[in-house]
Amino acid sequence: MRAETDIGPPDLDPNHYWPLLRYLDKAGAAIAPLSEALDGRDRLIPLYHAMVLTRTFDQKAVSLQRTGRLGTYASSLGQEAVSVGVGASMNKDDVLLPAFRDHGAMLWRGVTMVEILQYWSGDERGCDFAGPREDFPVAIPVASQAPHTVGVAMAFQLRRQKRVAVCILGDGATSKGDFYEAINACGVWSLPAVFVINNNQWAISEPTRMQTAAPTLAQKAVAAGIAGSRADGNDVVAVRDAVSRAVEEARAGRPQVVEALTYRLGDHTTADDARRYRDDAEVSARWQEEPILRLRNYLVGRGWWTKADEEALIRDIRAQVDAAVEAYLAMPPQEPAAMFDYLYETLPPSLAEQRRLAEDGDG
Amino acid sequence: MAEITLVEAVAMAQARAMQDDPSVLVLGEDVGKDGGVFRATEGLLARFGPERVRDTPLAEGLIAGMSVGLAAQGFRPVAEIQFMGFVYPAVDQIVNHASRLRNRTRGRLSCPMVLRMPMGTGIKAPEHHSESMEAMFAHMPGLRVVIPSSPSKAYGLLLAAIRDPDPVIFLEPTRLYRAVKEEVEDDGEAAELDRCFVLREGTDITLVTWGAMTRETLAAADALALDGIHAEVIDVATIKPLDEETILASVGKTGRCVIVHEAALTGGFGGEIAARLADKGLLSLTAPVRRVAGWDTVMPLPRMEDMYLPSVARILRAARETVNYQ
Ligand SMILES: Cc1ncc(C[n+]2csc(CCOP(=O)(O)OP(=O)(O)O)c2C)c(N)n1
Ligand SMILES: [Mg+2]
Repeated sequence: MRAETDIGPPDLDPNHYWPLLRYLDKAGAAIAPLSEALDGRDRLIPLYHAMVLTRTFDQKAVSLQRTGRLGTYASSLGQEAVSVGVGASMNKDDVLLPAFRDHGAMLWRGVTMVEILQYWSGDERGCDFAGPREDFPVAIPVASQAPHTVGVAMAFQLRRQKRVAVCILGDGATSKGDFYEAINACGVWSLPAVFVINNNQWAISEPTRMQTAAPTLAQKAVAAGIAGSRADGNDVVAVRDAVSRAVEEARAGRPQVVEALTYRLGDHTTADDARRYRDDAEVSARWQEEPILRLRNYLVGRGWWTKADEEALIRDIRAQVDAAVEAYLAMPPQEPAAMFDYLYETLPPSLAEQRRLAEDGDG
Repeated sequence: MAEITLVEAVAMAQARAMQDDPSVLVLGEDVGKDGGVFRATEGLLARFGPERVRDTPLAEGLIAGMSVGLAAQGFRPVAEIQFMGFVYPAVDQIVNHASRLRNRTRGRLSCPMVLRMPMGTGIKAPEHHSESMEAMFAHMPGLRVVIPSSPSKAYGLLLAAIRDPDPVIFLEPTRLYRAVKEEVEDDGEAAELDRCFVLREGTDITLVTWGAMTRETLAAADALALDGIHAEVIDVATIKPLDEETILASVGKTGRCVIVHEAALTGGFGGEIAARLADKGLLSLTAPVRRVAGWDTVMPLPRMEDMYLPSVARILRAARETVNYQ
């Protein structure tokens, strides 16, 4: 812990002030002791399941897009540990305010695969989550969910509820005023909010060094007078530890920024071709650090996971994903009138005529 | 019953709403101790305390965005933007989130928030403090855009806006803040949204306007009356969604229409009203529809603002030409 008076000189060493939290190395060997709260079959296997589900779902979504059965889709390949780690660190009645690449967190919280597919197929019904009714839908305008997080956290504070608003946003998002305005306001009011930066090193074609000269993104919290920390975002144990501690700090009125360092192994979206701006060699190297194999190696090393377990899991998850795809493809389309029916609580009479024209197919 | 100004009516409506409904919150820059730079939140902090009356950091995107978060959680934030000229960073949140939250979640989340701000010229304020950009908001689906023209309307319409289940942009003409006093009873009665108000009945010509320009328009109607021309004056009040029926009915009766607004002519909301008349009222028109509006210029600094604002003389000229049109 750094002391209050310790705020560094201009040449401050980020590794001193914002050390990178890591438990599992690239190969899945524990390089630091895992506490009881983090370790154990019962704790780690659900995280493993969720990461495998996220990746399997993700691959299916990309292939649906490639075959014309889904719209543009933002893959989370390689970032499963950040997303699942965040989801697993929240209480059920906390509220998630995701960006658009946080499928793992959304799935963990009970958003269904069908809903996610529906949304990315271009159907608003996919944002009407049957599970987490208060969670926000994805935010497409980058960082625009950060100020919402302030409002949600303030609502909890006003009602004296011990709930936390958790925002996930990208490295690119930290360049926007929205991010700074939000963390700054959370500091002013001591709001129960956590901002998890999914630093996947890229914002479409721009690497993080084109977003900022700051050596870490966690240190941006200093300017807002709140705490920042860093975790290896490919180590789900580290993410889980850093984010759950941040969530509990926030619950006590101390807002937090957590930077999770990961890597976007896929294209930005299915509409992007990352070979235009980055080397395959860089990507291949990063495959050595990916989070799922890392955790599996650890589990196998501890004797908690066998080949048979893996095969059963893959079979089971494929069946779940296939069932979701089938259900998604069977959903009847919306009627044109649906464009009008949720615009206002009650449709103003002046729009009734347009609604009727749309219904008549006068599109 | 006391005579109060429009800005006092705005404060009174907020106090009333806060008293009636604990989910109503007021937030913005300097809205607390200072009572707002125009005093539109005067007395609220003392009465309702700092949890419900919040001075925010100086960040308009934050003010609008946190209001979306609060509203989605079931509060009813009434947020002040200090001047319309500084609303632009908040527009992202309004157009991308507030106006569409209900629609994009198919009704799961909604956004009952009010964003209030002073609009318009006429008080010799510095640069960036005088524009009228109501048409910009009127172009955004999912919003209500409401502009009061008197203390009693400000009270009733703001109460209605706060109680409305959807986002409302509430634009307060600075020129009217202290221009007139009116008896306004603090009876908690909301005025009707989505309705035009007929300020004066007449048979010869319809003058359509809103906000501060109701003053010049009524003065023009007075002058026309001296010539035996009976003008009907309509205060649109809620420009979105537009109550076209009242306007069409009036023009159906008079056959002639002049639209008056302070905002620049091109892309101004008068164009929308003229288009509705062309679409649905053409056969009742006996003269072309005219618009009297601000010039398509950058809003001048205060020394020339009177040359920008549509004058009674300009309205009169257009009205006379319209009445005399053969
Ligand atoms: C305000 C805004 N500007 C531009 C875009 C287009 N855009 C979509 S994603 C993106 C990059 C975002 O990078 P980052 O925040 O790092 O998130 P990532 O995509 O890496 O998950 C851009 C520029 C947008 N959606 N919103
Ligand atoms: Mg990124």
